[in-house]
Formats: sequence, structure tokens, C-alpha cells
Amino acid sequence: MKKITNKTAIRLAAAFAAGIAFTGTALAEMQLNMGFPVTAAGQTAYHLHNLINIICLIIFIGVFGVMGYSMIYHRKSKGHKPAEFHENLTVEILWTAIPLLILIIIAIPATKALISLKDTSDSDITIKATGYQWKWGYDYLKGEGEGIKFMSVLATPQAQIKGQEPKDEHYLLEVDNPIVVPVGKKVRILTTSNDVIHSWAMPAFGVKQDAVPGFIRDTQFRAEKEGTYRGQCSELCGKDHGFMPIVVEVVSADKYATWVDEQKKKMAAAMGDPNKVWTLDESKAYGEKLYNANCAACHQATGKGIPGAFPALDGSKIVTGPKEGHLAVVVNGRPGTAMAAFGKQLSDTEIAAIVTYERNAWGNKTGEVVQPAEVKAAHK
Amino acid sequence: MEAVHAGAHGHDHGHHPTGLMRWITTTNHKDIGTMYLWFSFTMFMVGGAMAMVIRAELFEPGLQIVSPEFFNQMITLHALIMVFGAIMPAFVGFANWMIPLQIGASDMAFARMNNWSFWILPVAGSMLILSLFVPGGAAGTGWTMYPPLSIQMGMGMDFAIFGLHLLGMSSIMGSINIITTILNLRAPGMSLMRMPLFCWTWLITAYLLLAVMPVLAGAITMLLTDRHFGTSFFNAAGGGDPVMFQHIFWFFGHPEVYIIALPAFGVISQVIPAFSRKHIFGYASMVYAIAAIALISFFVWAHHMFTTGIPLTGQLYFMYATMLIAVPTGVKVFNWTATMWKGALSFETPMLFAIGFLFLFTLGGFSGLVCAITAIDIQLQDTYYVVAHFHYVMVAGALFSAYAGAYYWLPKWTGHMYNETLGKLHFWLTLIFFNMTFFVQHFLGLAGMPRRVPDYALQFAEFNKISSIGSFGLGISQLLFLYIVIKTIKGGPKAGDKPWDGAEGLEWTVPSPAPHHTFEDPPVIK
Repeated sequence: MKKITNKTAIRLAAAFAAGIAFTGTALAEMQLNMGFPVTAAGQTAYHLHNLINIICLIIFIGVFGVMGYSMIYHRKSKGHKPAEFHENLTVEILWTAIPLLILIIIAIPATKALISLKDTSDSDITIKATGYQWKWGYDYLKGEGEGIKFMSVLATPQAQIKGQEPKDEHYLLEVDNPIVVPVGKKVRILTTSNDVIHSWAMPAFGVKQDAVPGFIRDTQFRAEKEGTYRGQCSELCGKDHGFMPIVVEVVSADKYATWVDEQKKKMAAAMGDPNKVWTLDESKAYGEKLYNANCAACHQATGKGIPGAFPALDGSKIVTGPKEGHLAVVVNGRPGTAMAAFGKQLSDTEIAAIVTYERNAWGNKTGEVVQPAEVKAAHK
Repeated sequence: MEAVHAGAHGHDHGHHPTGLMRWITTTNHKDIGTMYLWFSFTMFMVGGAMAMVIRAELFEPGLQIVSPEFFNQMITLHALIMVFGAIMPAFVGFANWMIPLQIGASDMAFARMNNWSFWILPVAGSMLILSLFVPGGAAGTGWTMYPPLSIQMGMGMDFAIFGLHLLGMSSIMGSINIITTILNLRAPGMSLMRMPLFCWTWLITAYLLLAVMPVLAGAITMLLTDRHFGTSFFNAAGGGDPVMFQHIFWFFGHPEVYIIALPAFGVISQVIPAFSRKHIFGYASMVYAIAAIALISFFVWAHHMFTTGIPLTGQLYFMYATMLIAVPTGVKVFNWTATMWKGALSFETPMLFAIGFLFLFTLGGFSGLVCAITAIDIQLQDTYYVVAHFHYVMVAGALFSAYAGAYYWLPKWTGHMYNETLGKLHFWLTLIFFNMTFFVQHFLGLAGMPRRVPDYALQFAEFNKISSIGSFGLGISQLLFLYIVIKTIKGGPKAGDKPWDGAEGLEWTVPSPAPHHTFEDPPVIK
């Protein structure tokens, strides 16, 4: 445990002073207020927040000024004799009516801010964000880049989380595939989920929208500044809730066009040839990589699972039993548990490789290779 | 056999058993009140220990002490145990002890049911704690138990559901008892509008409990049948809706906030006039404000759900309704301030805690107003800002007022004065460490740190460290209270019938400690 340094103590004192004042100042290192958003709707909310803090501060000073005066001058130890009054209708009406009036004054800009935030009509680009335990899937549904889809997974290595390596600048806020959007365009985000409720949040845009399984919700943003913006899942979604960040890169129109091009080529390559016949070593090597990215969070890299929560695959009856039973679980999932239907997330080639790996890793030695064509047959 | 001994001591004490059987079979409101208070403090220590685990893990970025699954179990049980095991029983304990004494009744209306509603609690509390040791561990859903996450959980979730059912039964029985006692057993001459405000807050709270505990029971029963009996109340694939659970839960959950806050208001309304040596300002408007808060609390539940995707008009309505709560709450704060104005103030420990309550609860009210504004709340929802907000309302609201009440009535309960120096030390330690723990969490939330995460990005490191250090101090300081109470029970200066010169009420007309039976003949109020 590090000792509290003088610097920390000074910061603490500063934080208290600034905090009680509730003003919108931001220290470079220790952020005291919201970050200044890069969307118009977010900026409206930001200014509204500052306004309300100022109103609260005035009321606070008023009430506690009176109370403080009383605490200093109306003390029994100073011989102050208690007054007799205990009722006054005029005062009561006043301090009911004045707060009501203040609230109405706040309600007007608050209503406007909300209406502008909730307007999801006429978007240039529509992206569906699907929450999975514990990653995000993105589908570009409309506008430039239509048809692009990819998974976005935490890129921070486990060694950093466990403290075996020093932590990077963007620890826990970095992903393998960020969303890329063009600057100044209205982007509509549709949210949904594959399993439990997640929440797609981006503080710099003033946006947060729950992703509810079985339903589609929407939100929107128009980012006015290029840059990389970072957010996190904001609804408790199970054990790795803290480890599924959201990263949006806002780029120029040109850069966006280049990115779209690259993505289309990459997707064509990833689909693979569904009719190719894989050898055991080939499939197992590919499968190990995919297993670590998609399965190891629950079933662990050792295949031992977490007793009581996530079953072991090493020596499992399903994994060492007939292929069909094993494939059915991986492709269609187990409803009511954290086991997702991976048939909806991964290509047949990828699932074939994972299943081959699981059937031949650790103590499992079936010697069988699962081919993409067999996975296709397992889809319900 | 022991009963025979007790009988031999003299008949004015009656033939009640002694030792353990006295406590198991007691129907005496003072015994039951004492048991409620000790149970509550025990749960407070257990829930507090869990908070220490949470803050220890959050001391630094990275995973050091517990696994993420266990972390989620800790946040769930910390909240359930604190809300249902510590705060609610504490105020039922106050109600049991003080309502009969304040209205001049000899006991609660249903003395045997009173015993039963207490003895359900240890069973329910044990179920919550035992759930940690079943396969898969306790529920890791947060106290809100949102499906489908709660459908995925193991046996620990079922333990929590049954535990909550039992706690709900206990609360409902307690409420029926309190309502009946207040409405039927008041001493002659004590009209409702002459009742102490503590009784008023409890009367209204008891109605809130009666209205919403069955709603919670319904919600968690639907969870149970979704989990085990193939229903689809909250499963979209079967025609249900996961968000419906949130509507039902918060229809219970928002009044629940006031179930906790109103009795706290009641205690503060006793303490502030006593140490201001002046009548409460605006008694009638205080009663109306309590009733207004209770009523509005039924119509604002979806402000906990601004990011779930309710339509714009719905969001606007819930924003306006929520802002409206600020009006009666403001009236109460203004009335308390006016009560202190031109009084003859002195600052014994109960008064310190009451002023601490006013200060912190007002801050919690302000952050509540910020959260009411939907466009802002969308940013703050599920961040540490909300954690800071509800700890200002709950810890400051409930804990500070419970301490104010405990120090205020301790002389009446034990017959001894507590140590004033230690009491004041307890107050200052609690106040400083509380703010150190929770004030900085506002900044974390504004900067975007999500709640319920076991690990966080590097820019949140400093404030988390400050918060953790504060929480350890806050936790340790509470042991001082235990020491003070035990010391007061064992001895200390004798307390007179009315140890506080400014205090008002019938409880100060009986000896200290209050004898086992009081007001066997009702007093007459002129």
C-alpha cells in the first residue's frame, strides 16, 4: 500500500473545495466534471448540468447560511433564549412556490435538451450494436459501409489485468476492432442483445442506450470532431461486465471510404471456403486462437471451467461424446445459461475449428476433425 | 425451571421466562425493539465487511483480491443486507421501542405477531449469507436482480428470492402492527394531529410498505417461475419482456427509498426541536409534506430506467414528476432550518448527527435533482455518480438519523448516559470518512466510470484510492459505536426521566431505563 503523499493530500483538499463549489472546472489529471462532449446534444446536456449545479449552489449557500448563522449566534451556551414562534403560513407558501418556480425554469431547457437527444430520424449511417457476454458485435445496416459486420473484443492482455505487466495508457478501454464513423454525419445506433441486458455508452457523445435481448432500441450522435472516443458497457451483465469496452473512431470522409474498402476485403477473406476439407493440425491450430478469444473467458484456457459456474470441457461427456451433440451446444447455445448460440456469431469454418480444438485439446483425444459442412448441418 | 426462579423474584414482573427463552418467546415491545436493533447492527457489520471487500478490490486498477464473479456477489449481498437487513430493521426497532411510549400505549397491538415478525428476520438474513456457500455462490446480479442475468444465476439466486420473501412477510406484519397500534391505541386526548412526527412518518411508511412489498414479492415470484417452471414473463422469446421486470421492481423500489427515508425524517423531527429547545416549525406542513412525498413516490419509478428506451413522452413525464419531489422535500429542510432559527441550540451527539443528516441529505437531494434531468441522467445512469447519490441519501439519510435516534434514546433504553466525548468523536470520524469515501465518487461518475465493475481504467485510479481509504476509516469508526453502546449498557452516569431539557413527548414521562411495562393505565393528554 502506497503512503498518501503530500500531492494526494493537496489534490484531496482541492477536490473537496472544488466539489463543494460544484463548479465546472476540470483539472488536467483528475477530472472533476463531465468531459466536454463532441456532439451538440451532449454539449446542451453539459451546459444544463453546469446551470443546475450553480442553482443548487445558490440554494445550498442560502439554506446553510441561515443554519450556520443560527448555529453560531443562537447557541444556548451564549445564553440565547429560544423564540416562541412555530408557524407562519406566508413563509410556508413562499418556500413551496419559489422552488416550484425554479423547477419550472429548469424544466424548459431540460425538455429541449432531451428532445434533441432523442431525435433519431434522418440518419446518414445506421449501425446495429449487439451485446454479447462479453463483447460487442456491430452490423452496418444502412448508409456508406452497408454490409460490414465484425466483433469488437477487449484488447487489453490478461497479464495487464492480473498485474503481471505494466498497464497501458488505454487499459481496459481498448478493443481489437473499433467502430469507425465519418465526422459530421448523423449516426443512428440500434441496440439489442444476444443474452442479457447490456448498455452501449459513449460519454463523449452524451449517449447511453440499454441493449435489451429480444428488442431493438435506438439512439443517435453526430460527432463534430475527429478522434478516438472510449466508453464501457454500462449495465451489469455478468462476470466480465467491466471488460467489454466500446471504442469509436471518428475519421474524415476520405479515411472512412478507405476503411470501408478494407473491411469489405477482410470480410471476404474471413468467410473462408466452406467446402474446404481441413486436416487435424490445421484446424486445431486455428481453433486454439478462436477458443482463447471466444470461449476461454468462461471455460478457461485450461478447459477446466469454473466449478459451480461454468462447466469444464476437459474430460466433459459432451465434448468427448458424439460430434453432433457437441456441435448442437456450440451452434445453438443453452437457453437460460451464459452459453451463447455461437452459430449466430461465428462462421461455420470458425466453429468447426473451435470444436476440433476442444475435442483434441487437454486430456481430450478423440482424434476427430470437424469440417465446416458438418457445422452447417447442425444449425437449427 | 428458570421460569420458576423468575417467578420467585416477585409477582410484579410476571411469570415470564428468563435467559434465552425470554428473548425467543417475548411479546414485549421493548424486548422486541431491542432485538431488532441488535439484529440490524449485526447485519450492518456483515454488509459493511462486504463493502470493505469491494473497496479493497477497487483500491488499485487491476484484479488483485477477488474474482469478478465474487465481486458481483459482494455488491449484490452488500446492498440486499444493508437495505433489508440493516436499515429497515433498525427503524422497525425504533418503532417498536418508541411508538407505544410516544402515544401512551402499553404495547403494540398484536404482541404475538410482533414476536413472529422479528424472528423471521434471522432466518431470512441467514439465507442471504448462506447463499455464498452454495454451488455457484450467491446471486451476482446486483440488488436489482434484472433478468435475464438473474435467470442465468445458480442456486444462490433462489436463496436470495426466498430470503426476500421472508423479509417481505416480516415487513408486512410489522406494518400491520404499527398501523393498528397508531390508529387504535393512542392515549385519550392524543389526536392524530397531536402525535409526535416520528409516529406520523411511521404511519405513512407502514402504508407504503403494505402497498409495495407485495409488488416485490410478485416480481421475484415471476423470476422464480421463469427460472424453474418454464414461464416467460421476462423472456422475449416466449412473449415476455425483460424491461417489464424493471417497471415492477422500481414500482416497489422507488417507494422503498422513502420507506427508508421517512422514518429517518421522523427521528430528525424529534431531535432537532429537542436540542433547539423550540417547537418544530410548521408541524402541519411537515405532515402534509410527508404524505405528499409518499404519494409522489408511487409515480416516479421509471426515472431509474431512463436508458432502457422508454419513449420521449414517457421520459418527459417521469422527469417532471421526479423534479416535483424536490418541493415537499425542500419544505422539510426549510422547516427544520426554521426550527433551529432563534432557538437555544446545543450540540450534543444526537444534534450533531441530525445536522450531519441535514447537510448530507441536502447534497444527496441536489445530486438527485441532477439525476432527474433526463438528458443529464442518460450520461450518469449506471456510473459512480449514482452510487455517490444514493449513498448520500441512504447512508446519510438512514445511518446518520439512526445514530441521532440511538444517541437520543439510549439514556431511555439503558438508564445511563453515554460518553459524550466518544459520541462526538464517533460523529466526526463518521462524517469525515463518509465524505472521503463518497464525495469523490461524484467525480468518478461524471468522468464516466461505470458502477459494478471490479476493475477500471487508469484515469480513475486516484479518486478510487481516496475512496477506498475513506471507506476503511468509515468501517473501523463504526466499531466505536459498538463500544460506546456496550459501555453505556454496563454503566455510566444515571439518566433522569428526561435527560434532555428540550425534549418533548410522553416517552420522557416514564423512568429511565423504561420499565418492562409502561402505560398500563393510559395517560391523559390535556
